[in-house]
Amino acid sequence: MRTDNLIAALATDVAPVDPRSVERRFIYAVLCAACGALLLLLPLYGVRADLPALMARPVFWVKVAFPLALACAAILATARLSRPGARLGRVWTGLAAPVALTSIGALAVLWFAPHEARLALLMGHTWRTCSLNIALLSVPGLVAILAVVRSLAPTRLPLAGATAGLLAGAVGALAYCLRCPETSMPFWATWYLLGMAIPAVVGALLGRLVLRW
Amino acid sequence: MTRSTEPADVSPVEERLRTLFLGALDGDSVAYRTFLQELATHVRAFLRRRLPNLQDDSEDIVQEVLLAIHRGRHTYRRDEPMTAWVHAIARYKMVDFLRAHARREALNDPLDDVHDLFAEPSIEPAEARRDLGKLLDQLPDRQKLPILHVKIEGLSVEEAARLTGLSEPAVKIGVHRGLKALALKIRGGRT
Repeated sequence: MRTDNLIAALATDVAPVDPRSVERRFIYAVLCAACGALLLLLPLYGVRADLPALMARPVFWVKVAFPLALACAAILATARLSRPGARLGRVWTGLAAPVALTSIGALAVLWFAPHEARLALLMGHTWRTCSLNIALLSVPGLVAILAVVRSLAPTRLPLAGATAGLLAGAVGALAYCLRCPETSMPFWATWYLLGMAIPAVVGALLGRLVLRW
Repeated sequence: MTRSTEPADVSPVEERLRTLFLGALDGDSVAYRTFLQELATHVRAFLRRRLPNLQDDSEDIVQEVLLAIHRGRHTYRRDEPMTAWVHAIARYKMVDFLRAHARREALNDPLDDVHDLFAEPSIEPAEARRDLGKLLDQLPDRQKLPILHVKIEGLSVEEAARLTGLSEPAVKIGVHRGLKALALKIRGGRT
């Protein structure tokens, strides 16, 4: 086909473009991720019976703040990586800061704890399943978010896949807070992070395969 | 991915293209047509500079870039410079084409040709290039991609690092080890 003919054909397809379509698609993807995580959580694990009492304690909200902060940073990062030529810039700080702060906090808690209590603080009662549960809850979100990123124009595919996976993981972790019995900071700083890292790595590996356009 | 190394006289072009494109986003088909025609000339020049050895394919890539810009036009932020956006799309499509190209060449040519070609001391640049693609494909990505970007496309180490998501030292190491491995493969092919 001659380039002039292609241009003529493309120029006939000029429906006005909604300037907020990227934002709209991300809202839709995150809603899908949240609903998907809840739909898996309720039948598989259920919600803790003592959730109202737990929600009255600050430790619960400190825990919730971790995936929430990562989710916010990951939305920004993924939205930027879905636009050609946009740089991550300070969003990197937003991604690194929650991880750095919780790691420091967790180390401090372990440092000041009595020696014999440290292992229990780190392993809790559910370390075997916590990360895998979070990864499982993130699956619907990962599918929805990767689909939205693909409908945009990512040019750094593994990185865009990784932040999409991190976003899905953070939403999964938020949902898992409704069920998780653990409140020790060393516990969730480790196992929540690992749980969110699993979909991020999966996203990075799938990136070049599924995000290509 | 913004690069501020473009010469200063680009900005009137940027401004003109941007005005036309903004018109197109609001549904002006005449502006869109003019935009695509003018953009095509810039993309063509960009590709000829970047891929002097692939002149035959460059028009295919021009068309892919135009299609990509059309498909991705909703990802342009109206308050941002156009150059960075178009540049990132053009480069993405160029690299994508080169990857597919390397893979295609690897599938099409029977492996025996490798031995024949490299046994011959005077190799035509075009043919050498083709076989390099085949040998390159046998390398792991962390070596293949740095070589592809740095040695074949002529990108800087920094650009290759951004494209591949590897660190700059990793790109350098990838080029270094990859070239070593390639040399081994070429020697292996001869014996």
